[in-house]
Amino acid sequence: MTKALWRLLAVLLAFSLVAAACGGDDDEADAPAATEAPGADDADSDADDNMSAEAVGIEYWLWDGNQQPFYEQCAADFEAANPGIDVEITQFGWGDYWTNVTAGFASGSGPDVFTDHLARYPEFVASDVLVPLNDFVERDGVDTGAYFPGLAELWVDNHGNRYGLPKDFDTIALVMNADHVAGAGVSAADFAAAEWNPDDGGSFGELIRKLSVDANGNTGDSADFDPGNVEVYGLGLEGNFGAFGQTTFSAFAASTGFEFLDVNPFGDSANYDDARLAATIDWFARMIEAGYVVPIEDVESLGGTTVFQNGSAAVMADGSWKIGTYVGADTPFGVEFAPLPVGPSGSRASMFNGLADSINKHSEHQEEAWQWVKHMASAECQNVIGEGAVVFPAIPSAAEIAIAAHQANGVDVTAFTVHVDDGTTFLFPITDSASQIEAIVGPAMQEILRGQADAAGRLGQASDEVNTVLGS
Amino acid sequence: MIQTAASSQVSRRRPLFGSSNLHGGWRSAFWFLLPALVGFVAFYLYPALRGVYISFTDWNLIANRGSWVGADNYDRLLNDRQVWESLKITFKYTVINIVTQTILAVAIAVLMDRLTKSVTIRGILLLPWLIPNVIVALLWVWMLDGNLGIVNEFLGLFGMDPVRFFTDTGKVIPSLAGINTWRHMGYTALLIFAGLQTIPRSLYEAAAVDGASERQMFRDITIPLLRPILALVLVITIVGSLQVFDTVFVATGGFGGQPGGPANASRVIYLYIYQNAFDFNQLGYAAAISVLLVAILLTVTFLQLKLLRAGESDLA
Repeated sequence: MTKALWRLLAVLLAFSLVAAACGGDDDEADAPAATEAPGADDADSDADDNMSAEAVGIEYWLWDGNQQPFYEQCAADFEAANPGIDVEITQFGWGDYWTNVTAGFASGSGPDVFTDHLARYPEFVASDVLVPLNDFVERDGVDTGAYFPGLAELWVDNHGNRYGLPKDFDTIALVMNADHVAGAGVSAADFAAAEWNPDDGGSFGELIRKLSVDANGNTGDSADFDPGNVEVYGLGLEGNFGAFGQTTFSAFAASTGFEFLDVNPFGDSANYDDARLAATIDWFARMIEAGYVVPIEDVESLGGTTVFQNGSAAVMADGSWKIGTYVGADTPFGVEFAPLPVGPSGSRASMFNGLADSINKHSEHQEEAWQWVKHMASAECQNVIGEGAVVFPAIPSAAEIAIAAHQANGVDVTAFTVHVDDGTTFLFPITDSASQIEAIVGPAMQEILRGQADAAGRLGQASDEVNTVLGS
Repeated sequence: MIQTAASSQVSRRRPLFGSSNLHGGWRSAFWFLLPALVGFVAFYLYPALRGVYISFTDWNLIANRGSWVGADNYDRLLNDRQVWESLKITFKYTVINIVTQTILAVAIAVLMDRLTKSVTIRGILLLPWLIPNVIVALLWVWMLDGNLGIVNEFLGLFGMDPVRFFTDTGKVIPSLAGINTWRHMGYTALLIFAGLQTIPRSLYEAAAVDGASERQMFRDITIPLLRPILALVLVITIVGSLQVFDTVFVATGGFGGQPGGPANASRVIYLYIYQNAFDFNQLGYAAAISVLLVAILLTVTFLQLKLLRAGESDLA
């Protein structure tokens, strides 16, 4: 009897191994197909078309729900011009989005085309799951010079392969609670003229002291100000600092002349041990302790946007993609925008980031996917996006449409665009280990901002760890 | 009625591995066990073996492939400060969680046994355990929030400053342990309550006749005779506790935070495994840490069963 049992066990085990091996074979079979040249895939999809005589379905994913209606419009226009292609758009929140994209790659499925981020795409490239667009771009004569300078180059890796065509860009500016600002007798113009330095905060530091109010009504520039009982913080923080501080510290650090990487994109080492960065983070930690900047604990539990929207912070730096959030009904007070302060380097600095659409190597319809990517990167679709006034399209003429649309709504967004006009932007740092760097530097920042660690020492330690990762 | 449930189970289990008492029962037992066996092989045994295999590769999750790297991952693991840091946090969580949970569960079980026969009350105690972990975590995140939470609102009535349960590096682990104590104590109490039913009433009656107080009876009768059940309960809860993940992930990642935060203060070992596998795409390394965790769990379980003599009862 036991023998029979063991025999059956063996059969079961063998069966499951065989099943798994078959699964493995599938993966193997996928891989060569995925590396086929664009032309070869053409034949495939054409054959599919002939057999089914149905439209080829292209699945497209994005994370920004605010933009979805305008991309639906783009898709409708695209389908009208390409009756053989049917675009299906799915939206996930930021967190779920990347989990789903990663799961899609791991299982050999996922969307045909997806909105890609500069912090993520190098890891996808390293895993060989994106389709290089060079041949497509060359074949169809797409002009990559049509976009704002620098945007198109962000999507070319260090081997010269292009993995995306730009669709939009974003910059950072200050958002101000108009009631608090007016109450303190300051104005957007004061902020526009402000300068900042990491020692005493400069005139920017004075402004946020003036805007801070404690529970007894004392302002931050009064000797009676109680930092343990603050009602309104002069400066809010949009989120956790993280490694790149897109909406938080990056603008301030970069205005000192600090750069994240030795070479961007794809540098070999990061500069987290730069004294100018340490001085910047130290300034934030001191300001939090003094009660002028919102404590990081509050930002972590509620999110910085909530803190600002419930009136607990007077001014906050945030990205252009959030303009709609602040001028919309969710924010129960009027807002104004101002550009970031001028730093010790003599100019302002705003991170310049842009999104693009990438094609999944597992896609069975890479040619159709490319057509859709090309459409989204075209003036036709970007004009539609511009009219939506959610983000700034990557093509200057379409961006003008967005600016005009904002103006028509009574919103002045020059605080965001002035960084581009004056050339005071710096590019998002691109490395192929962004998530590991995030996991190393993020906690270090949290310790420093809580006053639990010294900025220079802790960042120096993090810097060594980051450079070990980048070097490996 | 002298034999306890636990010891009779042990004696009944024996013939399964001996070859003497097979008869025809085996054949039908086998067919009944088959579905479970298939499930076990397909969903536990095979993935576990494959996990061990992957731990010897540099498996990349996104590319879904990897090549053999020998013991490299294990070498790296031994030198990875983060692994030991995460284990320390996990142990800290486990100690707080198990101590509070077990004390409360024994207290509740004894009260249920001695004071009430009401099924409704016993049912209510089990309620938190019926709520899924993620919902429990979200519920407490809202209640304990430093700014909006009802608990801090309440503390404010007594003039207390808001407590940052999840964003203070020193409070996050006790807070998480507290949440899971709340969720699990009813269930643990029920297990212990079942154990209490195996203690003969006559012992209490005899003790009462001899003039023993409630406290003496608890110390000299209840606790010693509960030992085998307590041992099993502790093994189950400690193993569960060492594997904590979802509560931490949801409660600390919630809104503006970073799972495992603040400043890695709640990055338990499961979360570190998750980070390596799903954030850093290093499935091979994550598998190696998982193998280490399995080894730790096996050791803990083995030691506990030995030390607490779980197989024997003082009743016999």
